[in-house]
Amino acid sequence: MRIAIIDESAARASVIQEGLVAIDGCELFVVTERRGLVARIEEIAPDIVLMDLGNPSRDVLEEYFVVSRALARPIAMFVDESDDESIAASIEAGVSAYVVDGLAANRIRPLLDLAVRRFNAFARLQSDLAEAKGKLADRDAVDKAKRILRDTRGMTEPAAYAELRNAAMNSGRRIAEIAEAVITAHTLLRGSR
Amino acid sequence: MTTELVLGFLPLVDACLPILAREHGFAEDEGLSLRLVKDMSWATVLDRLLYGHSDAAHMVAPLAIATTLGRGRPAQPLSVPFVLGLNGNAITMRPELAGRLRQPGQLGDPVTVGAGLAEVAAQRLAEGRPLRFGVVHRYSSHNYMLRYWLAACGLRPDRDVEITTVAPPFCADALEVGEVDAICVGEPWNSVAVERGVGEIVLTTAQIWRRGVEKVLALREPVLAEKREAVEALIRALRRAGRHFIDPENWEKNAAILARAEYLDGDPVLIRRALSDRLLLAKGDKEQLFPDFMFQYREAANFPWVSQAKWLYTQMVRWDGLEFDPADAAKAARVFRPDVYRSALLGSGDPLPGASSKVEGSLAGPLAVGTQQGNMTLTNDRFFDGQIFDPEDLAGYLARLP
Repeated sequence: MRIAIIDESAARASVIQEGLVAIDGCELFVVTERRGLVARIEEIAPDIVLMDLGNPSRDVLEEYFVVSRALARPIAMFVDESDDESIAASIEAGVSAYVVDGLAANRIRPLLDLAVRRFNAFARLQSDLAEAKGKLADRDAVDKAKRILRDTRGMTEPAAYAELRNAAMNSGRRIAEIAEAVITAHTLLRGSR
Repeated sequence: MTTELVLGFLPLVDACLPILAREHGFAEDEGLSLRLVKDMSWATVLDRLLYGHSDAAHMVAPLAIATTLGRGRPAQPLSVPFVLGLNGNAITMRPELAGRLRQPGQLGDPVTVGAGLAEVAAQRLAEGRPLRFGVVHRYSSHNYMLRYWLAACGLRPDRDVEITTVAPPFCADALEVGEVDAICVGEPWNSVAVERGVGEIVLTTAQIWRRGVEKVLALREPVLAEKREAVEALIRALRRAGRHFIDPENWEKNAAILARAEYLDGDPVLIRRALSDRLLLAKGDKEQLFPDFMFQYREAANFPWVSQAKWLYTQMVRWDGLEFDPADAAKAARVFRPDVYRSALLGSGDPLPGASSKVEGSLAGPLAVGTQQGNMTLTNDRFFDGQIFDPEDLAGYLARLP
């Protein structure tokens, strides 16, 4: 079975690929380049195409499938038109699948389930990463606010931190938010950056 | 009590009414909490609608009909209680082609440009590299307007010129590398191509059909029934957004809102051009006014005329190579729901036409029409070739078309 994975995110494509490699009898093709997409798909002649829902080229690909229906390899949307649950899960995960007409559902379902799991795993990874990045940004803001307090009010670093923490506790906000407010106020009062 | 409605959209200027209804609190005033979900392809907007991730969607009008008739996917009846706007698209060509077909600094005339294009198309066909046009979707108003124009100018789409699908964000790229010679797309993508110097605007779709139906508000039929009250509230909020949209006072502010990362993520200067009907046709030109480029509010522009749905069906028959089927025509006609629009605005003072269908393309000048409430004057609604669409005679209309 020839499977094309179309994803502009090379990182996600490789996460999906790793997952599918385990399935016997699958040949995988990863397409991350948008240019010449249709020609590439034609060349690969896949039995299954997996594509992320956020990909702007989905309409282009669907149009190609409609047109190619007149040709040798008719392709139908998703696994089985009656298999709503499976489709709903794939949309939830953010992946669309196109399958050559006549491919048996029992061959496709495990594959699609796996793709959905890999997509979900990737999404979790992304949100972990975003959270970690957010934490770093928070720390930067707190450091900057401490410096401002030190410079403008002659505070020691622990005193500056305690001031931020108290303000946060009193107003029921996060320290990073207070730090951002200090930075903004400082910028405004100085009149420029 | 507030009701949440989730609405899917593509980052295009004509997604403006739902965005402004949310941002200016018009939805909230109607007791709605409007959540907007941005996607990058019509396929995904449609998937979300069909699988219940969204309640409603900003959608190219023909796609709502195609989905109802089961073209390309299993049939699912959709309903359109509100038209989000008329026209707002343009045909942008590679600069050397544009230069051959129209005077610099002005929009072309559809007949003259068409005649010039026929010559170029024949030449290119003989050279074995036919002219290629890009549209955003097979079931888009862009595709139907472009094909209508080409066919009326004696060019047979798919034989004399190729028409291919290009995703809106990649339209300028496709022009630049010569993947296509011209695109028919909505804003801001024509202006983006102009700004990059890779394309020049030659025609607007308003020149092809002055009152052409463009994006619609689409829902699954059962969802409309289930959330009828909320949908009517949304219609009122969208009308208010339209009133706000056309006021020159608000252009600057609204362009800035639409430009934000969560909406179009674009340049407010370019977006403002479409909002104000002022376009820059080529890089280095001055902005010029083209009245009715986008038509979002006046003359009950949002009223879902059943005749519009029927016109779209005739074009689907024409370009999908279908047999005209009265049962399908009736199904298509039922997609547009003027009854819901009326019910939402009854008693509001907003003009409501007396009829639900009209002869399209018959007005050259103003005509006061009968209303159920308020006063209404319709103006020029012509097709450039002077054809008139009688919604009671679809087969006759199809037979008359080239």
